[in-house]
Amino acid sequence: MDLFLNGFAWIFDPAHLNGPGGIWVRIAEQLSYTFGAVAIAAIIAIPLGLWIGHTGRGRDIAVLSSGGLRALPSLGLLIIFALGIGIGFKAPLLTFVILAIPSLLSGAYAGVEAVDRRTVDAARAQGMTEWQVLTNVELPLGLPLLIGGIRSGVLQVVATATLAYFASGGALGVFINEGLKTRDYSELIGASIVVTALALVLEGIFALLQRLFVPRGVTAGQVTDVRSRSARPRAVVGSPIQEGK
Amino acid sequence: MNWVFNNFGLIWSLTLDHIALAVPPIIVGFLISIPIGWVANRFHASRGVLLTISGLLYTVPSLPLFIALPAILGTGILDPVNVVVGLTIYAVALMVRSVADALAAVDAGVRQAATAMGYSGWQRFWRVEFPLAGPVLLAGLRVVSVSTVSLVSIGSVIGVSSLGYLFLNGLQRNIIEEVASGIVATLVIAVVFDLLLVLIGRLLLPWAKADPTARRARRKTVETAIAGPSAGGPTVNDPSMAGR
Repeated sequence: MDLFLNGFAWIFDPAHLNGPGGIWVRIAEQLSYTFGAVAIAAIIAIPLGLWIGHTGRGRDIAVLSSGGLRALPSLGLLIIFALGIGIGFKAPLLTFVILAIPSLLSGAYAGVEAVDRRTVDAARAQGMTEWQVLTNVELPLGLPLLIGGIRSGVLQVVATATLAYFASGGALGVFINEGLKTRDYSELIGASIVVTALALVLEGIFALLQRLFVPRGVTAGQVTDVRSRSARPRAVVGSPIQEGK
Repeated sequence: MNWVFNNFGLIWSLTLDHIALAVPPIIVGFLISIPIGWVANRFHASRGVLLTISGLLYTVPSLPLFIALPAILGTGILDPVNVVVGLTIYAVALMVRSVADALAAVDAGVRQAATAMGYSGWQRFWRVEFPLAGPVLLAGLRVVSVSTVSLVSIGSVIGVSSLGYLFLNGLQRNIIEEVASGIVATLVIAVVFDLLLVLIGRLLLPWAKADPTARRARRKTVETAIAGPSAGGPTVNDPSMAGR
């Protein structure tokens, strides 16, 4: 446990915290990768995911590519981009965009798909255009899963951005690299604590955002208790809504 | 391509190292998740807590975890055990939710029928609920397998031999073919593992193909798992709904 104490001591040493290569600067780099990559991935994946969810076209492709992209080792991807387009911030950014796409894509399309088809039909029957159906009905109702996708994309990127130093891209991995090379365990553990804390803080912020932004009463895609309650007697008030649509 | 032919022996031995590091976490993670998932599903109050903890475990980035584990386990920093334990933790983090969802998807009527026929809780679990949960469990296991295989290479950063060596060595020597062959080999392992799991599923769960409910539940698990373990909803995000 001494190692962890040394790690904390390393973090709170003002010499490590401030300055041009300090912890704060590296945290800012880590966060700019995270939000930069997720923003680019969102521009690509969310419209595509909404389209796939709305039309039902290409959903097999979406599932397959999400799984396939997940199998790509991010370290290898990062390095091949670094060799291909040169070191700097571009190669890591591109890697993290690719890393974030599956989560955002599946979040967007699963969100739309989780909306009850009868609700969608009702919206159409009221004379809504397809665009209105998508923006006024499917998007708000699918919001929990969409935000969930963004959240898991952010978490994956913030965790993986630690690898950016392989392409000389800075971020918190710089300390881990330094610590590994010089066998400085307090630096290794200290940097690890910072990365983990950053991921946990983002997780907390997103949990909060999800509560604030999802309209009240929207349950599409939320994993509620799926166990049926037939074990207890209940008044007959018509047949319960079946899960299958 | 010349690089690949000249170094086929190296790629092959690293592939074997990679497989040796990937298999134990998948199997052990699956075995550990069964009792935890069972508890999460069985007791309402524990569901939110256990799924939140497993979601948070998955949040811990892999490289820091591999570095911190020696300090916790007392192993050497180069010990492959660190990587295996770290990946097992991720496997459990992903799999607990799948197990809980899989068990929850078993029809309550079937469960009652088994009880009515005189099965004890233990018998009912192993002979009725567990097999019926099989298709969803398999879907979760496939996600665990893919992510474990792709994460193993991070271990090479701390010096544990795997296909990740090709990435680091390729970077140092500026050989793009070396890095590419590492990526391809990783993808091949992931695909082979996935096909094996599907095959095992066909053999052990011959009824799975015919059952539309299971198929729907399975699809849902895959989607939630791909979207991430914490993307599922209120069980993780919203403590007030945890006890429902």
